[in-house]
Amino acid sequence: MTTYSTNEFKNGLKIMLDADPCSIIENEFVKPGKGQAFNRVRIRNLKTGRVVERTFKSGDTVEGADVVDVEMQYLYSDGEFWYFMSPETYEQLGADKTAVGDSAKWLKEQALCLVTLWNGVPLSVEPPVHVILKVTETDPGLRGDTSGGGGKPATLETGAVVRVPLFINVGDSLKVNTQTGEYIARAKE
Amino acid sequence: MPAPRNSSRPAREDGRTAPAPLEALRGRAALLTQVRAFFTQRGYLEVETPVLGRAGAADAQLAQFAVSDPVCGTLYLQTSPEYAMKRLLARGSGSIFQITKAFRQGEGGRFHNPEFTLVEWYGVGYDHRRLMAESCALIARLVPSLKPEPRLVSFRQAFRDRLGVDPIEDPTDVLQECAYTRLPATRELVLDDRDALLDLLMSHAVAPHFPADGLTVITDYPASQAALARINPQGLADRFEIYCGPLELANGFHEETRREEYAARFAAEARKRHARGLPAIAQDEQLLAALALGDLPDCAGCALGFDRVLMLAMNAAHINEVLTFPIEQT
Repeated sequence: MTTYSTNEFKNGLKIMLDADPCSIIENEFVKPGKGQAFNRVRIRNLKTGRVVERTFKSGDTVEGADVVDVEMQYLYSDGEFWYFMSPETYEQLGADKTAVGDSAKWLKEQALCLVTLWNGVPLSVEPPVHVILKVTETDPGLRGDTSGGGGKPATLETGAVVRVPLFINVGDSLKVNTQTGEYIARAKE
Repeated sequence: MPAPRNSSRPAREDGRTAPAPLEALRGRAALLTQVRAFFTQRGYLEVETPVLGRAGAADAQLAQFAVSDPVCGTLYLQTSPEYAMKRLLARGSGSIFQITKAFRQGEGGRFHNPEFTLVEWYGVGYDHRRLMAESCALIARLVPSLKPEPRLVSFRQAFRDRLGVDPIEDPTDVLQECAYTRLPATRELVLDDRDALLDLLMSHAVAPHFPADGLTVITDYPASQAALARINPQGLADRFEIYCGPLELANGFHEETRREEYAARFAAEARKRHARGLPAIAQDEQLLAALALGDLPDCAGCALGFDRVLMLAMNAAHINEVLTFPIEQT
């Protein structure tokens, strides 16, 4: 078991707090010149995504969390689990709904995702920033309107709904940013 | 080559732009010149004392760099020039000032670098009130954008105003309860003693509310936080700290002058070190020997964090922006 002293605190360090794996997002060293030193830390709970503040006495130690990010290929979902495979070891893992969360709507077979594992179990899944997905449902396209002004909703093959320009049709492939949920461009197949 | 104005350095979240490295270098040089002029005009003598010495600071809250020398054995990088300057005072130097490097282990962050610059001075015949005014005048000269009139608040009043507790009289469990309700982020914290609790409340709940556009001077510290300041007839320490917003800039004392009192306080800190399992530090026998020949002349002394003042003068958000080479770049 790894332990870390507050002296080793830095952004991105994974530690255990209240039995949950967490990631440090901000660490401030506070010390009155003649007094006790503290580390005032903002921490993201990697299970719930919630951010909490916690103060440690400088020099205190905390347990490290065995959290690693691995690149894995998305295979399929059986409705309960989303299955991923390591392209290097071919090892397969199932991530549950809590781990996949909102990412589910961007997952297309073969996509290389960043899977965060805690003690070997998927904790969260991050889809590629840019994905190319087909439109399965949208109002008919307005021929000739390439201005991009206005816009309309379009449902993509993975279930995500994005706002697209009026000229987009069912069957078009779109390049989409999964972090902002925004349409970028029409993609050529 | 001077960096071009309006360079493409990104503006930070707060809208300020980090000073360019050369701007910081020039700002530092200009401020050093001003500090020297300030003290020279007032009749202070500039001195230089060793940054490497055989004795360390007694203070249990300071971790010092110990280095090993084949001839001298263990040597310490000084955490402040206080003891050496007091030896000069005992020898009859009169009022003195020094701009020097100081070193403290384990200190790094927005306002800390393990090596930093201190301005330290002692006014002979001064008490802490007179020195307080002089310190504020110096800071005002170095950072003209600050409000001219400092806000003077006693340690007790600062706690009463903000937290409704009395840091001097209230029992420790009342202070603990106050920390518990005001600072949920510190609930798991196990603190050694009352002073650590006071440090927690001051740094997390009181100081963060000091106004950022001017100086706040905190006076009359609890006797347990006297360090080497005199204890006044009210049983409080004649010690002050100058803050700008939550940032501590300077710390000053009406200095204790008697040898036996120095020996007693060194011993108390040594006991604290022992109790906390910290390494023992060779105490400064030279200072004690100098005081054995006669008390320190009546004086008040102050230490000012020069890099932090430079940060204010240059509107910097991180100490690294004003250091020539922050520790990460050495």
